[in-house]
Amino acid sequence: MEITEKMVEKTATKLSAEEILGGKVLSVKWEPKLKYAWDNGPAIGRYLAELKNGKIIAKKCDKCHRIMLPPRMFCELCWVPTGEWVYVQDTGIVNTWIVGYVDWKATRLDIKGGVRPITPGIIEIDGASKGMGILHHLGEVDPWKIYRGMKVKAVWKPPEERTGAITDIKYFKPID
Amino acid sequence: MRRVAIVGAGLTKFYRNTQETPKELAYEATKMALDSCEMTLSDINCVVHGTAPDAFDGVHMKGEYLSDASGGLRKPYMRHFVGGGTGVFSPIHGWFHVASGMFDTCLVVCEEKMSAAYPHPAGAFLTIFDHTTEQPLYPTLIYIFAIEMNRFMTTHGYRKEDIALVAVKNKKNAMNHPSAQLPGEITVQDVLNSEIMAWPVNRLDISPTSDGAAAILLASEDVARRITEKPIWMDGVGFCLDTAYWCTRDLYYPDYLEVAARQAYKMAGIKEPSKEIHVAEPYDPFTYKELHHIEGLMLAPRGKSVQMLVDGAFNRDGNLPTSPSGGLLGVGNPIAAAGLMKIIEIYLQLKGEAGKRQIPGKPTCGVANAWGDLMQVGTVVVMRS
Repeated sequence: MEITEKMVEKTATKLSAEEILGGKVLSVKWEPKLKYAWDNGPAIGRYLAELKNGKIIAKKCDKCHRIMLPPRMFCELCWVPTGEWVYVQDTGIVNTWIVGYVDWKATRLDIKGGVRPITPGIIEIDGASKGMGILHHLGEVDPWKIYRGMKVKAVWKPPEERTGAITDIKYFKPID
Repeated sequence: MRRVAIVGAGLTKFYRNTQETPKELAYEATKMALDSCEMTLSDINCVVHGTAPDAFDGVHMKGEYLSDASGGLRKPYMRHFVGGGTGVFSPIHGWFHVASGMFDTCLVVCEEKMSAAYPHPAGAFLTIFDHTTEQPLYPTLIYIFAIEMNRFMTTHGYRKEDIALVAVKNKKNAMNHPSAQLPGEITVQDVLNSEIMAWPVNRLDISPTSDGAAAILLASEDVARRITEKPIWMDGVGFCLDTAYWCTRDLYYPDYLEVAARQAYKMAGIKEPSKEIHVAEPYDPFTYKELHHIEGLMLAPRGKSVQMLVDGAFNRDGNLPTSPSGGLLGVGNPIAAAGLMKIIEIYLQLKGEAGKRQIPGKPTCGVANAWGDLMQVGTVVVMRS
C-alpha cells in the first residue's frame, strides 16, 4: 500500500517558531541544572597532572607498541593492561580541521562583526603513534590558511593559571 | 533462524515543530502501519522502540514514556538506542525477536521530537563527548562531522561543489515524498551560497531539525504469507561499533560500516554488492555522508563515489539509485524515525508501491544503513522482494 499525501496530512500539525515563542500555543519550559564531579581514573588523572606541568604524557601498549593519547589503562585493540608512561612532544600536525561559524549550541557567531571563526581540529601529536590525534583548537593563524599536515605547537597558559585540564593548552599555533 | 518479513509500514509528516506530542506522533505512525496490513494490536506479540537521546525531549526513560503510544501496553517491550544508527537498528532488533522463533509478529516503532530542546537541539549533544578531554573544548556534532568531511575531501581530492550535488539530488527526490519537510529544486550554487555553518559544511549540506515518527510490522514467514501476497524479506542484517576514541581513527573511511555491511551481505548471500543491489538508502544527515556511506557499503570503490555521483549513477533513473526517498536532506531528520523512513522507502520500492518515487526496472534487492554516536556505529539491513 502506497503511503500517500492524504494518509500523512493529518498525522502532524506544523507550528511556527512565532506561535511557540509568542505564546500562541502553550508550552512548559524547563532548564535543567545538573551538577557532576567526574573522577578521571589513574590514566586521565596523570594526563591532567602532567598538563599542569606543561607536558603531554601518553601510555604505551606492550603488545601492539602503540603510544596512545589520551593515555589509557588498557589497550582497546589488544585488550591487555597498558605498560609504561611515555612523554610525547607538544608539537604535531593537523590531521583535519574546520572553520566554525556557529558555536556548540548552533548559535551563529558575529563573523561580519569581526568575531574570529572557531577552528577546532584533530592534532596528531609528535612522539605518539601515527594517527594518534587529540581534539583541540587552532589559534594565531588565519582560519582560511590552515591545511592538512600543517605543523603546530601547543600554546600553554602561564603555569600559575593552569588547573590540570585540557584547556591548560590554550590552542595549537603553526610553526615553520 | 527463521526468515523475517516486513508486512506493513506507517509514517507521519515530518516538521520542524509539530503541535503533536512524541506519544501522539508515535501513535499515528503505529496505527498507520497496522492499518496498512489490516492488523490490530491483538495480532502483535511484541514491540520494539527506537528513539535517540533522552536529552532531546528532556524525558528520561523515553522508551517507557512512548510505550503505550507504540502499542506496547502489557506486551514484551524493549527500547534500544545507538545514536543516529537507531532507526536502521530498530528493524534489526525486531528481527532478533522473530528470527529466533520467540515471537511471530513484532511492531517496530521509532519516534523523535527534536524541536523541544530549546533554542536548538545541537546543544544537547555536548554531553556525548568525553567530559574531561573534550567537553571543555566545546565541540558539537556539526564540528565533528565537518572535521570528518574535510578528512574525506582532503584524502580523495573531492570538491565541495561536487559533493553539493547530493543535496540537489535528494531534495529533488523528496518533492514526491508525502512526509517531506524540505523538498525542493535547488542548484549547486544554492548549496555553496548558503550560510557557512562549519566549513566545509554549509547550511544546505545539513539535514534539518525535525519531529516525526515511523513504524513497520515484522512477521515470521508463515504469518507473513497469510498477511500479504508481497512480503519484503529482511535477508541480511549487520551492525558494528567502533571506538569512542574518535580522534584516533582515520575518519576518511567508515570501517565500522564495512564490517556491518559485510555481515549483512554474507547473511544475504551477496558477493558483489554493487551488482546485486538495485537501490540503496545510505544515511545522509550531511551531503558528504551519503557518499562516505556508499563507499563503506562497497557500492562504489573508495575515492570513486563522487565521480559516479557526477555521472548520474545515483539519480532515480541511474544505475544505482540512492536515497530515492529524498533522504534526511529532503524528507527530514527526526533521528530514529528518519532511519526507519529509509527502511520504509526500500520496502515500498521493492513492493513497487513508491508511487511517483518508484525507480524503474522492478528492483528486487535493496540496502539501507544508518550511522551515529561519535561517528562510530554502522547499522545495515538488506531486503529482497
